[in-house]
Amino acid sequence: MADKIYDTPMLDELEHGEWPSFISGIKRLRDNHEDERIRSVTNSLLGQLEHSYETRKGYWKGGTVSVYGYGGGIIPRFSEVAASFPESKEFHTLRVQPPAGNFYTTDMLNQLADSWEKYGSGLITFHGQTGNIMFIGTDTDNTQHFFDEINEYGWDLGGAGPCVRTGMSCVGAARCEMSCAHEHVIHRHLLNNFTDDVHRPALPYKFKFKISGCPNDCQNAIERSDFAVIGTWRDDMKVDQEQVKAYCETKGRQYLIDNVISRCPTNALALTDDNELQVDNRNCVRCMHCLNVMPKALSPGDDKGVTILIGGKRTLKIGDLMGTVIVPFMKLETEEDYEQLVEFAEEVIDFWAENGLEHERCGEMIERIGLVNFLEGLDIDVDPHMISNPRNVSYVRTDGWDEAAKEWFAKQAEKKAAQA
Amino acid sequence: MSEMREPIESGCPDGFQYMHPVMRKNYGNWAYHEDPRPGVLLHVAHSGDKIWTIRVGTQRILDLYTLRKLTEIGDKYGDGYVHFTIRSNIEYQVADEAKVEPLIKAVEEAGFIVGGTRNSVTTLSHTQGWLHCDIPGTDASGVVKAMMDELIDEFRNWNMPNRVHITTSCCQINCGGQGDIAINVQHTKPPRINHDLVANVCERPSVVARCPVAAIRPAMVNGKPSLEVDEKKCICCGACFPPCPPMQINDAEYTKLAIWVGGNHSNARGKPTFQKLVAAGIPNNPPRWPEATAIVKNILKVYKEDAKDWERINDWIERIGWPRFFELTGLPFTRYHVDNWRGARKNLNASTHIRF
Repeated sequence: MADKIYDTPMLDELEHGEWPSFISGIKRLRDNHEDERIRSVTNSLLGQLEHSYETRKGYWKGGTVSVYGYGGGIIPRFSEVAASFPESKEFHTLRVQPPAGNFYTTDMLNQLADSWEKYGSGLITFHGQTGNIMFIGTDTDNTQHFFDEINEYGWDLGGAGPCVRTGMSCVGAARCEMSCAHEHVIHRHLLNNFTDDVHRPALPYKFKFKISGCPNDCQNAIERSDFAVIGTWRDDMKVDQEQVKAYCETKGRQYLIDNVISRCPTNALALTDDNELQVDNRNCVRCMHCLNVMPKALSPGDDKGVTILIGGKRTLKIGDLMGTVIVPFMKLETEEDYEQLVEFAEEVIDFWAENGLEHERCGEMIERIGLVNFLEGLDIDVDPHMISNPRNVSYVRTDGWDEAAKEWFAKQAEKKAAQA
Repeated sequence: MSEMREPIESGCPDGFQYMHPVMRKNYGNWAYHEDPRPGVLLHVAHSGDKIWTIRVGTQRILDLYTLRKLTEIGDKYGDGYVHFTIRSNIEYQVADEAKVEPLIKAVEEAGFIVGGTRNSVTTLSHTQGWLHCDIPGTDASGVVKAMMDELIDEFRNWNMPNRVHITTSCCQINCGGQGDIAINVQHTKPPRINHDLVANVCERPSVVARCPVAAIRPAMVNGKPSLEVDEKKCICCGACFPPCPPMQINDAEYTKLAIWVGGNHSNARGKPTFQKLVAAGIPNNPPRWPEATAIVKNILKVYKEDAKDWERINDWIERIGWPRFFELTGLPFTRYHVDNWRGARKNLNASTHIRF
């Protein structure tokens, strides 16, 4: 044990109150753990954190640490105040990919805890903002030992740096009636096709896949991922009129009108005098609101698939961007369908890897070169589903118009023929 | 090196092996769900099978004792299967209704909090902060602990018009993401440059390229190659700090917090929305950040009183308008709220739609 227990008067203030305290948890490791290594590293960590609270500054610096054979997956942390808090001078985090959908058995959690107890600080987070299990705090040697141990029983590192990052998928078909896709199958098809790009950072910047099973988008995919896969359906939503009536009876007709009918963004709902729900399915935009309010009465249709949006990201560098619809609907049933999805992802990443600037997210590249150039690079036809409205500025050269119009009509005729 | 072990590049593990058997059996065949009480979901499959989910808030930074307590409860009172939500709540799944109440009792006796479902304030999603990040302007776990202490009843109950997602971020990269309410770092002064270190530590052209407003340029300072910042142009975002630590952006006094509202990732009703700045200049005040918490609580109070059922914060403000939002919350409206970034005019009112 270090010579002394660092005083933590400010951190102690975070032990009051009813919400579980992370400070109390770290102190339990410091005070009660049988391993001297864990006691001293957590003592030192608390000392440095208290110093941060007092001075309102962070004192960790990055560096280069990886495991044998990989280039990423570790967040290296070296203390700038190691002279004062030496036992946590190296305090790296391992980013480990969670199972698709974030399911665990208690046995597996215990096994991971046992391994981490041997090599780490004893601190774990489920999960970081990109979706990784974060094993927080170990030194360079133990980074390798811990990885070797858990890698033997099925766990692999996630992404860090300019690479394909760890993916995320919602609870989905495992426990949600709104699910329109096999979220976890999509997740693993995509991520495990790019394992090399996860482990060996060589892209312009980060690239994230997130998968939500319905347009409620519980994984924040449109806002937070470069490649958002969102479950949806093409045919009519299902209506159980008996359940609509039951809802009407319990909550009242007025409540149903105020909270379902009039909240429909495209006025696609009506309630008849007999309390039957009428749906204008051609104008339903699959926003999910009415299904969320009446999950017993309303369900997605049977012709399910996914919408893909590309280019979402947060602030740096040019400001927040939402993803843009690139694939309005893709069926995902057969093995070929999944192959097509993976191939599409490969094409997007390849094009961006070739054309993106250093530290430029895919969405920023699209912003710089324009959506049409991106689509042409990928050989994708323009589609009115991709826009909110056509351009409203007349500064555009249209001398290729006739040809473009001809192409459009030819493609429409092809589609019609294919459907017939 | 001869003993180095080759990694097994297994990638993302299959979640099915860790899934509750009732969920595996009814995969893709769920009919509907009900909410028997706050923090508990009941999902019913087309087969008639049922599964109960008990959602539990924790401190997110789990120590081994806490994690083992959570698994012990799952073994003793649950079925040994759990799931984590995107906001780091742990969910126990049980196939027997009789297990629900004892499990809740055990969870609460161990000091965890049951809730976070439906129209509650769920756990704040947060980032690493001073505990582990290399560029943080504040702590995250501490902010969240301090706020959740005050919002705990909103986590435990269904008091809100619709669900409320709150996020925190410790720098302007904003790892915490969009939220109905977001508490984010907002620096207010340009970086302070240690010119002795820049040449050795920073790859200068890439630092220049990182700046969103082209305010950084190479310069010789005291005979050494360094970088200088045009302080009139600088927007104090801190983008230069990660690639160039000698450009220190964090400051005990001038690193402030800002509060943003109306971010919504869902497509329900309207299209997804970004959060908007409503309050800035809030002191970054550890260990309990009382000023930021007070503003969040005030916004929640007004939202609770004024919004209609199912309105998220963005829906509510869209209905009542921004002037009323500032009036009801008592927050000052300043020139800093008026957008001047690219595309800003779409955020200005080009109509006579005015509520008097």
